[in-house]
Amino acid sequence: MEKSISSNPAVIIQGLRKTYENKSVTAIKHLDLSVGDGELLALIGPDGAGKTSLFRILATLILPDEGMVRVLGHDVVREFEALRLITGYMPGRFALYQDLTVLENLSFFATVFNTTIEENYDLIKDIYGQLEPFKHRRASQLSGGMKQKLALCCTLVHKPSILLLDEPTTGVDPVSRQEFWDILGKLKEEGMTMIVSTPYMDEARRCDRIAMMHHGELLDISTPDDLISSFGKPLYAVQSDRMFALLQDLRKYDATDTCFAFGEAHHVTFKKPIEPADLNGYLQMQGHHHIDIQRIQPTVEDCFMDQLAS
Amino acid sequence: MSTFKYVLAKEFQQIRRNPTIVRMMLAVPIIQLIVLPFAADYEIKQMNLAVVDMDHSTYSRELIREMTASGYFQLANYAASFPEAKEAVERNEADLILEIPAHFERDLVREDGATLAVHANAINQVKGGLSQMYAGQIIRRFNNHIRAEWLQWPRFSPVALLSIEPQLWFNPHIDYHLFMVPGILAVLITMVGSFLASMNIVQEKEAGTIEQINVTPIKKYQFLLGKMIPFWVLGMITLTIGLIVAYLIYGIVSVGPLWVVYAFSAFYLVAVLGIGLLISTFADNQQQATFVSFFFVMVFILMSGLYTPVESMPGWAKVIAYANPVTYMIQVVRGVMIKGSGFMDILPYVGIIGAFGIFFNGLAVWRYRKTV
Repeated sequence: MEKSISSNPAVIIQGLRKTYENKSVTAIKHLDLSVGDGELLALIGPDGAGKTSLFRILATLILPDEGMVRVLGHDVVREFEALRLITGYMPGRFALYQDLTVLENLSFFATVFNTTIEENYDLIKDIYGQLEPFKHRRASQLSGGMKQKLALCCTLVHKPSILLLDEPTTGVDPVSRQEFWDILGKLKEEGMTMIVSTPYMDEARRCDRIAMMHHGELLDISTPDDLISSFGKPLYAVQSDRMFALLQDLRKYDATDTCFAFGEAHHVTFKKPIEPADLNGYLQMQGHHHIDIQRIQPTVEDCFMDQLAS
Repeated sequence: MSTFKYVLAKEFQQIRRNPTIVRMMLAVPIIQLIVLPFAADYEIKQMNLAVVDMDHSTYSRELIREMTASGYFQLANYAASFPEAKEAVERNEADLILEIPAHFERDLVREDGATLAVHANAINQVKGGLSQMYAGQIIRRFNNHIRAEWLQWPRFSPVALLSIEPQLWFNPHIDYHLFMVPGILAVLITMVGSFLASMNIVQEKEAGTIEQINVTPIKKYQFLLGKMIPFWVLGMITLTIGLIVAYLIYGIVSVGPLWVVYAFSAFYLVAVLGIGLLISTFADNQQQATFVSFFFVMVFILMSGLYTPVESMPGWAKVIAYANPVTYMIQVVRGVMIKGSGFMDILPYVGIIGAFGIFFNGLAVWRYRKTV
């Protein structure tokens, strides 16, 4: 899996460990990870997997307990000052001044990085173009999507070489999410290294590689295509008129391996190859109607759930 | 340097945008200075007097007249018996009972002495004590008065008459406002420095903006100075508003040079801002900061000699009072404004406050480093 990384990685993490509250809470148990130069890496994992802790270590906000972390050749502990000049970190929570206007926020962050909006305008012009009509509006009065675009804009204003985005699209409407990822796509074309955590698997699909974290450890890291092709088992989507009872009945079925609710259908894998007709008969006996059983291609989310279950 | 200027500009911008701070800054000094000195006035007038006159003589009537003519008492109840007067006290209709026994005048003339009873309602101990004291003074004056009437004056007085003429320095009319207003000024700038400054820093923590600031190349000292300087300026503005209110409403003009008050406040605010900064390193949200600040400000104010002189406190309380920067601020403001102290007089206080400033700020910066 490490083969896909270019010769000089942007981020090298070796034996990283991070605990809180006098080592009673472990956020990151043990982590080895490399991110290639110009790579777009998605970080996925359930709440409490250690994603935000990882971001905060990379952003030089907190210190690791053990292990080595180098970003763009700089050690996050010893060379944090140099690193802060070339890192763009966007926290999961909106962290701009709500009582300042769009323009004031942007010029504030430009000034503290000793630069101006004009100097790096080419990098932010796409996003700023969308924000421009509201530039005299206070940040508190922006919509969720606009806030995130402003935050990204402020993160980009000093032309960082690496972007750390902690759940940038959580709670943002689908159209704005799409626009946000289009912007990230353009940044990638310009060679920006990016690490993005996201709860949306369709977003993870757009990245070069997907790193799955769970309980402070890396479960798996691979390209979306490799991830999906490694699924290995036939996957079925099952629907009926009584979806909740269906979930319970499917889990009671002898041959069932895993069964999860996925939007409109339940995704089921089996311990041994089955005949859909057999399953149909079983479900009819349980009193289900309008039964629909389809063989489907696994998604990133299926792979993720599968990894978690195993 | 230009970065720091911009940080400062941003802080001032945010304060200007915060209507509550601006309104409070104008309203609080005015309201506090108008309400508190009046409400916390120790001078008590028009206390209700119940009289039990069993004598009904010329002297008893004269005594009652002198009591009511003093301005301290008004005749609220003219009771036929002591139990009746006591009932008036119980109903809270009388603060003091003057009991004149039968044959008061006869005993006074014949025996050259008579007894009177004065009963004060001491539920409010200050009021009770004062009413007793005023009544005592009036009765003494009455006594001197009738004795002077009886005297057949020889050419020279056979008894040496000593009289005491009290001279009250610096506040000859015991004007309570002159005492309270400078004290309240000191309390006001304490509030601005500790309370508002700590809230402002904690707000950045609460909003998460401190995360974003921490990943920028802004130095810690730039950030902290950027927070402290605006509140230093606010404290000075509050002081100025307070001085204007003191002049306009109470006609209080500083006896000593005002620049000494400003110079001392400049030092004092640095120490108080250190307290605010220290509180902000302990608190994660504004509720905690409010609670902790409130606790400290309460203790500081009550133990500062604002209401009761530090000298009359018990030993352990004196220790707290002298470890309290507000005590020194109040002493200096009163000293300069009422007594006319000059800069050389308050120089030792500058040293003490300087030590407080170094202590609080040093501790806060050390704590701040630790918490990242």
